[in-house]
Amino acid sequence: MATPAAPLPPRPAHPGAAGRVETVPVRLRVDGVDRELDLDPRVSVLDALRDRLGVTSVKKGCDHGQCGACTVLADGRRILSCLALAASYDGAEVTTSAGLGAPDRLGDLQEAFVARDALQCGYCTPGQICSAEGMLAEARAGMPSHVSPDVRDVDSPVELTDDEIRERMSGNLCRCGAYVNIVAAIGDVARARS
Amino acid sequence: MTTKMFGAPVARREDPRLVTGGGHYLDDLGAGALEAAFVRSPHAHARIVDIDVSGALDVAGVVAVWTHEDLPGRAGDPLPLLIPHPSIVSGVTGYALARDEVNHVGEPVAMVVATDRYVAEDACAAIRVDYEFLPAVVGVAAARDGADLVHPDAPGNVGAQLVQEVGDAVAALESAPHRLTLDLDFQRSACMPMEGKGVLASWDTDAGHLTVHSSTQTASGVRAALAAKLDLPLARVDVVVPDVGGGFGVKINHPWPEEVCVSAAAIRLGRKVKWVEDRREHFVSSAHERGQLQRATVGFDDEGRILGLDVTLWHDHGAYLPYGVIVPMNSAVQLVGPYKLRNYRVEYVSLYTNTVIVTPYRGAGRPQGVFVMERTVDAIADALGLDRTLVRERNFITPDEMPYDVGLLFQDGRPTVYDSGDFPASLAKLKALVGWDEFEAYREQARAQGRRVGLGIGCYVEGTGVGPYEGGHVQIETSGRVNVATGLTTQGQGHETVFAQIVADELGVRVEDVHVTTGDTRRMGYSVGTFASRAAVMSGNAIALAARRAREKALRIAGDVLEVDPRDLEIVDGVVSVRGSGGGPGSSIPLATVAVLSNPLRYAFDESAKAATQFGSPTTDPDAPPVARGEEPGLEGKDFYSPPRATFANGMHAVIVETDPDTADIRILRYCVVHDCGNMINPTIVEGQVHGGVAQGVGGALYEKLVYDPSGQLLNASFMDFLMPFASEVPHIETDHLETPSPLNPLGIKGAGEAGTIPASAAIASAIEDAEGFPIHAMPISPYDLWELRRAHAAGDLPSLRHGARDGGGADASATSDAAPDVPEGQR
Ligand code: FES
Ligand code: FES
Repeated sequence: MATPAAPLPPRPAHPGAAGRVETVPVRLRVDGVDRELDLDPRVSVLDALRDRLGVTSVKKGCDHGQCGACTVLADGRRILSCLALAASYDGAEVTTSAGLGAPDRLGDLQEAFVARDALQCGYCTPGQICSAEGMLAEARAGMPSHVSPDVRDVDSPVELTDDEIRERMSGNLCRCGAYVNIVAAIGDVARARS
Repeated sequence: MTTKMFGAPVARREDPRLVTGGGHYLDDLGAGALEAAFVRSPHAHARIVDIDVSGALDVAGVVAVWTHEDLPGRAGDPLPLLIPHPSIVSGVTGYALARDEVNHVGEPVAMVVATDRYVAEDACAAIRVDYEFLPAVVGVAAARDGADLVHPDAPGNVGAQLVQEVGDAVAALESAPHRLTLDLDFQRSACMPMEGKGVLASWDTDAGHLTVHSSTQTASGVRAALAAKLDLPLARVDVVVPDVGGGFGVKINHPWPEEVCVSAAAIRLGRKVKWVEDRREHFVSSAHERGQLQRATVGFDDEGRILGLDVTLWHDHGAYLPYGVIVPMNSAVQLVGPYKLRNYRVEYVSLYTNTVIVTPYRGAGRPQGVFVMERTVDAIADALGLDRTLVRERNFITPDEMPYDVGLLFQDGRPTVYDSGDFPASLAKLKALVGWDEFEAYREQARAQGRRVGLGIGCYVEGTGVGPYEGGHVQIETSGRVNVATGLTTQGQGHETVFAQIVADELGVRVEDVHVTTGDTRRMGYSVGTFASRAAVMSGNAIALAARRAREKALRIAGDVLEVDPRDLEIVDGVVSVRGSGGGPGSSIPLATVAVLSNPLRYAFDESAKAATQFGSPTTDPDAPPVARGEEPGLEGKDFYSPPRATFANGMHAVIVETDPDTADIRILRYCVVHDCGNMINPTIVEGQVHGGVAQGVGGALYEKLVYDPSGQLLNASFMDFLMPFASEVPHIETDHLETPSPLNPLGIKGAGEAGTIPASAAIASAIEDAEGFPIHAMPISPYDLWELRRAHAAGDLPSLRHGARDGGGADASATSDAAPDVPEGQR
């Protein structure tokens, strides 16, 4: 077995390794604050937020678009920030769970999640709440889902039955399995807002 | 006392922080730390011929590279066998970095530490490892066959083997009027918490002190293991557990290779080093559970009473055995459930395979055991044409038989003695909740509409709150703030809330004034960890006892000041007063002031502190020492709770499914739970735990299955391919509770964390079988599996239930059968 010399001092950058990539300037408004970045164009919105800006109110569950933990709102629409390239969101208004309320002034969805005990470890929760926010807007705008009675009807606001909520939230994994109460919490807010 | 907090559905205090993104999980810590990445084996079984790290050293930003030979001292020894159970005949554990052989895909071979994770990953890709392939052993059947070996030191691939017996099962079987044999199959799954593992190690060079943050279920365990591995005094190591994004068992194993390597790197480099597991790593390098093949032979009488039961479990424990045999132990012993088994023999054979290690996943072997028992009871009912609940009732242990000694040793080495429970009452509640007796009418109605429905049931008993102990520390500050510490860790169970509820009641203070810390060895070094549904039982009781000590001291001091007998005092809302006095001046004193007086001061740092100085309280006896003999300064209490044995919770689930006659799609129409975990500290939290358990139980029954190919590659190592339930898959859950207090502990509580998961596969199999009219002997079951079973059934390869719904019942109840319905190939 070859023996590496350990530890080694950092080596200077060489062509072909880190540093080779041209960066692009990216401006984001994150939870109401303007932020400017110089980014490798391959950096996702999620990594830009967490690693570059220190915004940890968005979480990473899989990094592959398969769990919803990283859901944020970009200009009001829900996106999976691990699959979104930051460079293509230049100028966007990004909202994380921290932008929807604070512990002493919770937003209505956050309030409902607490009241309904819709979380346990809380790891999926920032994504659930952003996803719910985006989903409520979609329903208001008349966007049908797989379980909507008439998928051709794209004009009237959707009545959010439990089945509609389950279907529309089915991109957000909660391994603690708080679904029963997540559905109830979102239902409460849907009714209160309408 | 004003409002009693114990038992109140108090909203969780941790939630406002978590819903606004304020949770601090491992990856949210350690900004600026160096980051580690691991080279992992792409092969299931191979000898390492050569490792060439030179390519990695050329990558800019790389700080250091480690292989096995670079691990200092004992860090290079095999990882510990944490639970050295006597049934282990060959206990092989892995290394922090593989030495000369790899035994599963994902085993760590080298570690790179670099300026960030991107660089570390790039460097990992530049490391060349030459392997010489060895034959891979995958699956229970291959392991049992023993033609190829995982470890040369484990002949037949057997890691552990144990027979336990009560009565004489073989004789009872021989003389029984009826006998049945069932061959069953339970597939591999995994905890799969939303947050994977992670570790952040900081070395304080000046102090020679290692502080490790880890996403673990045991702070004290990691601390002790790291101190031993890294040759550090225990006093120079602390482990702190931040918010943890779910555990479900996988995070109880320790030390993980990464905990050792990252800590060693931090010490060597004198820098903070961090590693956060990515999703794919979690699939191939943490732990799995559940995989078992099982055979049960039961003998019973005409009434369905079980006369003898003989069970063999072949358990797949993966490549190494760091966590011992807790899982098959639980399967073997908890299989008994609520039933009287006077003649029971069980053997488990725990086998090595070239797959990821197996450690407990919520339920920890119980779902498999309950599956055997409940499938067996259903088979008896079917053979005799009896109602399934009737057969259960006839075999139940009755309340007047409590405490009931099962006659087997539990996983903690103590006798399995059920402390309390009322199974007939639970069953009656469940039948009422689901409408058991009205189901046939519903089935008829559904049939008329061309729909196919089935009703299933699953019962279990769960040993919770195993020892050895947990501790509690309660300290009242001079502001009236109450600090509480316990050593075990939290992964979303709401411990901050329930422990505060307990202390508020015990002390007589407002719940808002109580602040709880868990999983921090700086605050409570003596602890075991969070597993086996033990946190509420163990730490809950320890904290209650600690609070009682603090209260006793507070009353003693207040009694002196108020010149009354402490027994005449009470504490309400943080004020000590003479009972019935109305709390006027001279008859009451705030607890905060008592705290001031409890600590004699020389220096008056603020107004309230004056009272504690030598000039503050003129009445003090000038001849007595300021701190009386046998007393300690401060208003604190510390105590430990160490029960002689576990307390046994129980419950029953009933489920109604609908199976699509054409597509074989399986839908849960109703899911009902009756649950008995003794006194509930917070019913909302208990309910949440049950919901979560059921969600994972439904996943285990219908979706979750880890699939290896014969060469040992995990084929579905992503959230896309390993199916877990989303909101669209988890039904509404209807719950009812029974509260039979545990006589074993001061608070009368039992654990609740795993309950929801345990009988789910059994209950759902029962319901599908009831809908389809042929036996279900393998779980999980997908629509495809069901469709294949239907084909086998139509072809005559799978017998009908004798009295199954679709056959209308009415067969000869005296029919004896040794011709066990064997599991057809298609179902495996
Ligand atoms: S982290 Fe983006 S979907 Fe999982
Ligand atoms: S609350 Fe833990 S994953 Fe959803």
